[in-house]
Amino acid sequence: MTHLAATASTIHLPHVNYVSILPILIMMGGALLLLLLSSLLRRIISTGVCTAITVMTSAAAAVAAIVQWDQVLANGAQTTIAGAVAYDGFSVLIQLLVPLALGLTALVADGYLKREGVVGGEFQVLAMASASGAMVMGAANDLIVVFLGLEILSIALYVLAAFNHRRAESGEAALKYFVLGSVSSAIFLYGIALMYGATGSTNLAKMAEFLARRAVLSNGLLLAAMALLLVGFAFKVSAVPFHMWSPDVYQGSPSPVSGFMASVAKAGAFAALLRVFVSSLATQRLGWQPVIWVLAALSLLVGAIVALNQQDVKRMLAYSSINHAGFILLGVDAADARGISSALYYLVTYTIMVIGTFAVVTVIAGRQDRATGLLEFRGLARRQPVLALALAILLLGQAGAPFTTGFLAKFNVIEAVVLTHGYTLAVIAMVSAAVAAFFYLRVALTMFSPVGEFGDGPDDDVPLDPAALVGAATPGAASGVTTVPPRAWSAAMPGIDELADAPPSEVVEARGKVPVPPATWVVIGFCALFTVVFGIYPAPLVDFAQHATLLFI
Amino acid sequence: MLTVTWLVIALPLLGFVVLVATGRRLGEPWAGWLATAMVSASFLVAIGLYLDLLGIKAPVRSYSENLWTWLDVGGLNLHAGLYVDPLSMTMVLFVTGVSALIHLYSIGYMHGDKDFAKFFLYLNLFVASMLILVLGSNMVMTFIGWEGVGTCSYWLVSFWFERNTAAVAGKKAFLYNRLGDVGFMLAMFLTFENFHSLDYSTIFARVDSVSSLNITVICLLLVVAVMGKSAQIPLFPWLADAMEGPTPVSALIHAATMVTAGVYLLCRVHPLLHASPTASLVVAIMGAVTAFVGATIACAQQDIKKVLAYSTISQLGYMFLAIGCGAYTAAIFLMVAHAFFKALLFLGSGSVIHGLHGEQDLKRMGNLRQYMPITFITFAIGWLAIAAVPPLSGFWAKGDILDNAFAARPVLWGIGVFTAALTAYYMSRLTSLAFFGSDRWGQKHPVDPDPWAHHAEVGEQRAPVESPLVMTLPLWILAFFAATAGLLATSGNFSLSAWVDPVFGSSLFSNHLPAGDLWVLGLLDTVVALGGVALGIWLWVSRTDRPALEIPFLRNAWYVNEAYDTLLGRPSTRLAHFSAEEVDLKVIDGAVNSLAGLVRGAGRIVAKTQTGYLRNYALAMVGGVVLILAFMVTRMWWG
Amino acid sequence: MTVGADWYLGLAAVVFALGLLGVLVRRQTLVMIMCVELMLNAANLTFATFARSLTDIGGQVLVFFVLVVASAEAVVGLGIAITIFRHKADVNADSLDRMKG
Repeated sequence: MTHLAATASTIHLPHVNYVSILPILIMMGGALLLLLLSSLLRRIISTGVCTAITVMTSAAAAVAAIVQWDQVLANGAQTTIAGAVAYDGFSVLIQLLVPLALGLTALVADGYLKREGVVGGEFQVLAMASASGAMVMGAANDLIVVFLGLEILSIALYVLAAFNHRRAESGEAALKYFVLGSVSSAIFLYGIALMYGATGSTNLAKMAEFLARRAVLSNGLLLAAMALLLVGFAFKVSAVPFHMWSPDVYQGSPSPVSGFMASVAKAGAFAALLRVFVSSLATQRLGWQPVIWVLAALSLLVGAIVALNQQDVKRMLAYSSINHAGFILLGVDAADARGISSALYYLVTYTIMVIGTFAVVTVIAGRQDRATGLLEFRGLARRQPVLALALAILLLGQAGAPFTTGFLAKFNVIEAVVLTHGYTLAVIAMVSAAVAAFFYLRVALTMFSPVGEFGDGPDDDVPLDPAALVGAATPGAASGVTTVPPRAWSAAMPGIDELADAPPSEVVEARGKVPVPPATWVVIGFCALFTVVFGIYPAPLVDFAQHATLLFI
Repeated sequence: MLTVTWLVIALPLLGFVVLVATGRRLGEPWAGWLATAMVSASFLVAIGLYLDLLGIKAPVRSYSENLWTWLDVGGLNLHAGLYVDPLSMTMVLFVTGVSALIHLYSIGYMHGDKDFAKFFLYLNLFVASMLILVLGSNMVMTFIGWEGVGTCSYWLVSFWFERNTAAVAGKKAFLYNRLGDVGFMLAMFLTFENFHSLDYSTIFARVDSVSSLNITVICLLLVVAVMGKSAQIPLFPWLADAMEGPTPVSALIHAATMVTAGVYLLCRVHPLLHASPTASLVVAIMGAVTAFVGATIACAQQDIKKVLAYSTISQLGYMFLAIGCGAYTAAIFLMVAHAFFKALLFLGSGSVIHGLHGEQDLKRMGNLRQYMPITFITFAIGWLAIAAVPPLSGFWAKGDILDNAFAARPVLWGIGVFTAALTAYYMSRLTSLAFFGSDRWGQKHPVDPDPWAHHAEVGEQRAPVESPLVMTLPLWILAFFAATAGLLATSGNFSLSAWVDPVFGSSLFSNHLPAGDLWVLGLLDTVVALGGVALGIWLWVSRTDRPALEIPFLRNAWYVNEAYDTLLGRPSTRLAHFSAEEVDLKVIDGAVNSLAGLVRGAGRIVAKTQTGYLRNYALAMVGGVVLILAFMVTRMWWG
Repeated sequence: MTVGADWYLGLAAVVFALGLLGVLVRRQTLVMIMCVELMLNAANLTFATFARSLTDIGGQVLVFFVLVVASAEAVVGLGIAITIFRHKADVNADSLDRMKG
């Protein structure tokens, strides 16, 4: 007995700086609390209360992150829990960004859940759990912690994707995401195992130290490990050729979830990617940089080019987010302080824009997320000018138009790459931005077009034919300009058959004003204002991203 | 020094914002008057600033103003800054002035259009963007304006989107401009890399510390940007198609202001060009060749606006010839004069089109001087001005350029003189066909059906009528300036060169020709101009059909469009056919005309790989893994 | 008899490859999920082997983390499979192609 006690007394727990993980704890605590409440008080607790709890939890986590920021500014970067968790400017930025994104998503989801008649707090519980995973990834200083964060993030997301179980697409999306996601997780884990074998540790600091001591680039184990880790990250950020899940999953998932995936999941994955490769594996740059180069180039091109032909806005946004991933990868490719800060700046601005965009899509899509075709956006400016204006701002921001946050974001990453002499990649990025402007403008123009106005593609330029109104949307039959009532154009447009195989009757359904819940207005307004205000006066945001980089382990 | 410079930009921008909010309610004609008032106010402010600037002594006659700091990170500090000097001031004055007149004219021209307010909203935004471009104190500001005018141009060209041709033309303009923009962006990043700043003043101060090779590369990239924006060879085909836009747009954007942004840009960065003789030579050759090619094409067009479009391309070529010869002031001079007479000609042609209820075919006009006397008189002034008949403005402006070319690059001077003869000829042809000869506007069938020209539905012909006062007043004003802008060259201390020259300091080549030579050259110009005019009138005043002079090669613009289609379009058609059945014909039709088709086709093929099958996705993933691993193996052996 | 660490690593690699191959060639969702489990366990074996050869207890601890994650993943996977099963009585992954392009 005494012997046992003696053994036990030799176990010494690592020191835990609880402030450093406070936002994560708050987030997980909030998830558990809400889970408990909604199980016990299923009948009583309303969606509104669940949303309120989620938003308050997010706010608390964000406040905790602000407290952290001051501490980090004062004390500099450090690690805690035996070096497994980093506590630096970079991690704090993610601890702030993710709760912000979650809060916004929760507000959008509130309207969505009420519309779909979902009761219970499971949605918010899962969202909070998922967000805490992303926050863990942002702070992780150990590969296995990265893995845990990744899985916490992903497993909750798989369920969220399947959340609308009345919709077949939702299930399909979830299954595709799940199978491919778990394969990528397994590949990632195997990469960690090999890295463990190659360097003797999964701790990022120890790995870096080990690799700095000897030139081991020819070590096959290490190279294979890097390859597999890159694959895991590339999948999560949906970089080409590991992107194929994202169009299907974004399209099939409930719209608020798509926005969450495009923002939070990407933020977490990019945070971990930056920390693992740019910081810990900096000495092995020759090994991984070319891969990042190719991933970035392919993402930029494929994302932009394929988005051109999309008829479904959610799908288009998925390709656009692949394109954005390519831009952020430029910052990773630059792999210096400027690269990291430009990638972070991009990540922050992009997160806000994409959540706002999906908030508008959620509203437009209507019950069961059906109306996501490009055609549903026609005449929006006339029906709901403010909503259209907000969406236009968000889309212009994504296109990188001047006086929006997107402009400087693109400018910064390209500049970072040029300064490291990556001219080819810079040219690819610029061409891609040029192509991408087309499809953002196309949606914007569609909104501002009344009857029969063109979007961008020639396939939209076809004049309308009343005969086609009946539902037999045969492209060849269209001829001659006629006066078609404003609400009825959608069925007459060719290309309608490219939409999901919804029966024509559903599409013919007249579109009046779509109801926009107040909470969603808040989100849309916030995102649009953020995009414009920080587009005109970006200095504070740029400073923030730069400070976050300077305080980087 | 705190000034109200920002007000110049803010006023049209305010007009834009107000029109966005209330345009539909304001409706016709108040939306138009509001927009016009905003631009006019901006013009008045500009005059105030001009007088202010005159108060500063010549060598330091400039100031810059930082509105706010955009960002200041890692050596890059960007300001939303404005830079005012005689060069930008000249631009501001004529941009706001000409814009105000064209706004006024548009109130009449766009009368009855269902999107009346929207038109003025775009116009105001355009003016604001153009002013940002001109006044920007760093390359980023210029670029913002550059993008802004491009986007407005896209919207305005496809303003009448119901015409499929307008939609396609808008896209074409956008595409060519974007090609140029890539050049601009790359130039911008390279500039920052080499000069560690994007502020013009800082860049110019550091010219000596950067290798001339790098400067040449930057300049050439800027030239690519300019090719797109100012429609120079080889990126010129879009400008003719852009004539699908309403005529005031053609006058404002595609003659007077936006297309001259390239000229302004190269003048702005003249210290860089000065440091790179290679780039200057490229600019000069590009200009001379474009001037010539544009003029030859203009000789064979029969759409009145297309003639003017190719003429614009040609005149822009002259300006670049001047820049390439180091005669920046001469380029600015022609730019100002051209803004007057070309805007006048476009507005005159708009008046004609308006009077003929949409007819644009020269061969279906004739004898209009009887019906539209004011339009005729003002148009004739523009015609003689562009033909460089003394003492109108064109004579002085073009003469200035040709003198400089003679001093600097005699071969290009030869091309320039020949082109001047062509210019006089095709403008006389246009005038003869439109305003002289017999009435042909009543004829049922066009004399020579031209598949390329767009024919509006003319319907039952009514007699042409003179346009209302809001349209003729701008014509008179522009005609006055088109006639008298030559004074800018001759008025000693108040001349344009005394005003602008200090900006450029020195020129690449000195223009100190003996006075006798100048007289001889001037005489030669006069003879050439009068000869061209005489030839044009003699050939075309009584006949409308001379196939020998309208060979298909010229009518089809040297088959440049077809060449691009063959190089870029055909493969894209094939790509589209690859996914044939479910793609409707319309896609292919629309696609062949441009690079967009190629991109689209590629997109469709890539989208094909997105089969929807889980295992295909997994396969792609595993393929990626294998490729990355394979790469790592190469690192192991050769890394 | 002693078996070298390389053999264990080799076995793990083979199991991992088999799992990956299984995901590629099998159509049934459930089998796909099982194949992913194989891959995870291959990683576990690798961890354990390296922990042994590095005489580092950390690697073995990781195995437990992974086991927990794997079971959570399996639960969610089965749940999703059941949701789909409600829509069509078929767990063939190839019949899921509503969304593409």
